[in-house]
Amino acid sequence: MSDLFSSPLNVINIGVESFDQSIRDSGGQSIHVEWRPPAGVSPEALERIRANADRIEQANAEALKRVQAGKPMLVGMDKAVDVIPGMGKTRFLHAGPPITWDRMCGPLKGAMIGAVLYEGLAASGEEAEKQLAEGAYSFAPCHEHSSVGPMAGVVSASMPVFIIENTAFGNRAFCTQNEGLGKVLRYGAYAPEVIERLKWMENELYPALKAAIEHSGGIDLKSIIAQALHMGDEVHNRNRAGTSLLLRALTPSLVRAVKDREIIARVIEFINGNDHFFLNLSMPACKAVLDAAQDIPAASMLVAMARNGTDFGIRLSGTGTDWFTGPAPVPDALFFPGFTKDDANPDIGDSAITETSGLGGFAIAAAPAIVQFVGGSAGDAMNYTYEMYEIAIGENDMYRIPALDFRGTPTGIDAVRVVEKGITPFIDTGVAHKDAGVGQVGAGVVSAPIEPFVKAVEGLAGRF
Amino acid sequence: MKIKAKVVSGRYFDSVSLMRVAREVLQMPGVEDAAVVMATAKNKEIVDASGLLLPEFKNAAENDLLICVKADNEKTADAGLAQAETVLSAKTKTGETGAFRPRSLAGALAEHPDTNLVLISVPGQYASAEARKTLEAGRHVMLFSDNVPLEDEIALKQLAAPKGLLVMGPDCGTAIINGVPLAFANVVRRGPIGCVAAAGTGLQAVTSIISNLGSGISQAIGTGGRDIKKAVGGLAFRTGLTMLKNDPDTRVVVLTAKPPDPEVLEILSAEIKQLGKPVVALFFGGDPEAVRKAGAIPASTLEEAAHLAVALEAGENPEMAVNRLVLHEKNLEETANETSAHLAPNQKYLRGLFCGGTFSQEALTLLKPQLGKIHSNISPDAALPDAWKSVEHTIVDLGEDEFTVGRPHPMIDFSLRNRRILEEAADPETAVILLDVVLGYGSNMQPAEELSPVLMKAMETAESSGRHLAVIVSVTGTPGDPQNMDHVVNTLKTTSAIVLSSTAAAAKLAGKIISRIDTNRSTRHE
Repeated sequence: MSDLFSSPLNVINIGVESFDQSIRDSGGQSIHVEWRPPAGVSPEALERIRANADRIEQANAEALKRVQAGKPMLVGMDKAVDVIPGMGKTRFLHAGPPITWDRMCGPLKGAMIGAVLYEGLAASGEEAEKQLAEGAYSFAPCHEHSSVGPMAGVVSASMPVFIIENTAFGNRAFCTQNEGLGKVLRYGAYAPEVIERLKWMENELYPALKAAIEHSGGIDLKSIIAQALHMGDEVHNRNRAGTSLLLRALTPSLVRAVKDREIIARVIEFINGNDHFFLNLSMPACKAVLDAAQDIPAASMLVAMARNGTDFGIRLSGTGTDWFTGPAPVPDALFFPGFTKDDANPDIGDSAITETSGLGGFAIAAAPAIVQFVGGSAGDAMNYTYEMYEIAIGENDMYRIPALDFRGTPTGIDAVRVVEKGITPFIDTGVAHKDAGVGQVGAGVVSAPIEPFVKAVEGLAGRF
Repeated sequence: MKIKAKVVSGRYFDSVSLMRVAREVLQMPGVEDAAVVMATAKNKEIVDASGLLLPEFKNAAENDLLICVKADNEKTADAGLAQAETVLSAKTKTGETGAFRPRSLAGALAEHPDTNLVLISVPGQYASAEARKTLEAGRHVMLFSDNVPLEDEIALKQLAAPKGLLVMGPDCGTAIINGVPLAFANVVRRGPIGCVAAAGTGLQAVTSIISNLGSGISQAIGTGGRDIKKAVGGLAFRTGLTMLKNDPDTRVVVLTAKPPDPEVLEILSAEIKQLGKPVVALFFGGDPEAVRKAGAIPASTLEEAAHLAVALEAGENPEMAVNRLVLHEKNLEETANETSAHLAPNQKYLRGLFCGGTFSQEALTLLKPQLGKIHSNISPDAALPDAWKSVEHTIVDLGEDEFTVGRPHPMIDFSLRNRRILEEAADPETAVILLDVVLGYGSNMQPAEELSPVLMKAMETAESSGRHLAVIVSVTGTPGDPQNMDHVVNTLKTTSAIVLSSTAAAAKLAGKIISRIDTNRSTRHE
C-alpha cells in the first residue's frame, strides 16, 4: 500500500458522516460506514477471543461446512412420545430456553393448558392450570429434544410430528403440524374448537400425511426451500410458495396412499388454506441441519436462537448445551385491526431457527411481498439482508436470492461478529397477544437483544 | 426551569450529528440548555456537571442515546425532546431508504477492496480497535479521533511503520491526499510542495497560503501532535518523509510542529539529510540553529514557511521571500498608528480568542517577547485562573477540551466565541480583539454571516462607552473553499474589522498597536 500517492484515493469513512460528503464533494471516492459501537463484552473475554481468533475462525469454517453439507429430508411422521428422544407422557416441550411455570408468559401458559386438555389429563382449563402450577408435569425446551416449535411451540406426548432426517449426518429433527391462523394452540388458545382441530389433525390429517410421505419415499426439503426463495418466500413469515411446492410434491402419493377421496380433499383443503403449513417443515429442516454443527470446540457460530415469550436464548456450537439468555423484546410489528403494541407479548417461538441457518429475516430480500414489515420498499428488505452479511460466517451455496443476483443467503451467525460490530440478528416474527387464548395480533420484525450474545462470547472465552 | 430527559435504546449516532441535533433544540425559544449524547460514562459526567442529568437517568447504558432538555417550562421541555426525536428520525429514514451502506470496516472492505485509506472519527475508546483492523488489512489510517491513549498510538504506529503504512493521528484534524481534502481541510491547488505537520490548523494555513501564492500542494500529511514526542519517536513523521522522498511530484517539503523532543529531532535530521529535497521547518519557539543543523531551513511563522517553500520551489533565493514579508510588515505600521490613536486611555490589553490551536500557539510565540506576560489556557507558565475569563493580556485556544467537551468545535460553532467577544468588548480595558477564521471543509459554512453582526455589536458596545475597539481577524482559506474566501473577507471588512491573511500578520499588528499604547502613554507622562 506504499503506492498511495500513485493510485486514486479510495476512502472508507468511519464516524463523522459529513467527512464522507466533503470527500465526495471535492471529487474523491468515499464509502461511509454506518458504524455502531461494539457491545460491552468484558475486556478479559475480548482479549481471550482475540488471542484465539485463528482457532475460532477454523472452527467456524468447519461449522459452516457442515451446515452447507446438510441434507434435510422429510422421511416420515409419528407420535411425539414414540419418536422424540427423552419424550414422556408427562413431559411438555416448549419453545425457547428453559423456563419455569411461574415465569411463563400468557400465551405459553395457555398453550400448556391446551396441551394438558388435549392429552385428556384434565377436564377443564382451571384444573389443567392447577396441575401445571403444582408441578404435575415436567417442562423442557424443544431444542433439547431435537425439536422445534413455532410460537409457544408446545409439544405433548400424543401429538403427531414430522420426522426430518439430515441424511448427510444421520441426525433427526421433529416438529408438529401447523394448525393454521386464528385461535390456535401455538398462540396460547385452548378453547374447545382449538382442541377439536388438534384432534382432527391427529386422527385424519396425520395418518393421511404419514401414508403419503412414506409412499413418496421422502421429500427433499432443501430443494423446496431453495425453490421457495426464488418464488418470494423467506420461509419464516412467508411460506406460501413452500406450502404450494410441498403440496405438489405430496399430492400424487397422497392420492395413491389414501383410499377415501373425502379425506384427501379435506387434507388438501386444509393445507391449501394455510399458507404457513410449510413453516413446520422449514423450521425442523433448519434444526436438523444446525444440530449437525453442534459441539465443535471454539466455534462461535450459533446453532440455536429461540424465545419462550419471556427470555431470548441462544446456543453456540462451541459452548455445548449452555443457553445464554436475556429478556425477549416486544416485536416492532404491523398489528391487526383493534390491536396495538400494548397488546403484544414479548417475542416467542423457535422459528428464529430459520434465521440461525440463513433464512427468514436474513433472506428477506427474497420476499418482496412482505416488505411492509420492514419499511415498505424492496430496497429496505435488501438492506436488511445486506446488513446480515456483516454477522454471517459465509454465504449459502444452495439458498440464493434472485434480487441479489442469486447471491447466497448470509449463513451461520457468528456471535463474535455480533458483539464486535454491535449488529444483532434481524428476525421475522409473528406477534402473540400477551393474554392466553386471544391468538395472533400482528406480524413484524424484531432485532435480537445483545445481552445473550455478550454472555455467549464471554462463555466461549471462558472455555479457552 | 424544568429539566426533562429521555433515553432511546438501540440506535447509534456520531457525535457531530448529535451536536447538530442539540443545536436545533437549543435554537427553540424558551430552551435554556440541551444535551443529546450517547450515554457513555464520560458523557454522563459532562451532562451531570451541567446540571442536566436527572437521577433516574444515571444508569443509562453506554449504547443508549440520552436526550436532556432544560427549558422555561415543562411544555417547552417536552417540545424540545420531541424536536430532538424528529430530527433524529428524519436522519435515520434517509439512511435506511438509500443504497446500502456497510455497517463495519470489514463489511466495507469486502465490498470495496480498492480502498487505500480509512478515515476514523469514532469516539476515542473505540478508535484504536478500528485503526488496528485497518492496518492489519494493509490500509493507511487517518485517525481524527482524540482521547486515544498514548500507548495505543505507539502500538499502532509500530505496527504501521514496517508495513510502510501511514497513521495520521490520533487527533489529526486535517490532511490532503492526492488532492482530496480530508476532514478539516482547504481546497488548494495541486503542486510541487509536500507537507508533514503535527499541527492541524497550522497545516491548513501553510497549504492555503502556498496555494494562494500560486504554487500548490502535492500531499499534506498530518501526524497528530504527539508524534514528535520521544515516546512515539516521530514514527508517522518518518513514514511521511519517506513517502514524500519517493514521490516524484514533491520537490520541496515543509514540516510544521511544536519543537520535537531532541531524540526525535535527531532521528528526523537523519531523514531530512538524505531526503534529497529542500526542507523548510517551522518548530514553534524552537531554536532556528537546531533546525539548520538538522538540515532544514528554519521558518519563524506559518506564513514564512509557506513563502520560503514557494521561493525554494521557484529556485528563488529564500532571503528574498523573507525580505518581502518584512516589507509587508512595514505596511502594518501605519494601520497600527492610526488604530492606536483612537483608543481610550485605559484601553490597554490584548484579547486573543482562537479556534485554531496552532494559531493561538503562533500568536503566543510571537507576542510573548513583546508583551511579556500573556495569560493563556495553553501556556503552563501563565495559566489563566479561569479559562472562561480573560485577565490582562489573554490568548485563549477555544478548541481546548475545557471548551469542546460535549460541544461542537469552535471552528464549526461560533456561539461560544461570539459570547466571549461581547464580554471582551464590554471590558473597558480591552484594546485589541484578535480572532481567527478558518475556512474549508468541516468548518462553519457561514462564518461571515455569523461573525459580522457580533463584531458590529462589539464595536457599538465600545463606542457607546466612548471607546474604540480594534478588531483584527486573520482568515485562513482559499478562494476554492466552499465558504468563498473573497465573500468572507469582504463581509468582515464592512464591520471595520481589520482582516489579514495570516495569524502572524494579525498578531504582529496587534503587538504593534499595544506597544503604541505604551509609547503614547509614556509620551503623555513626559
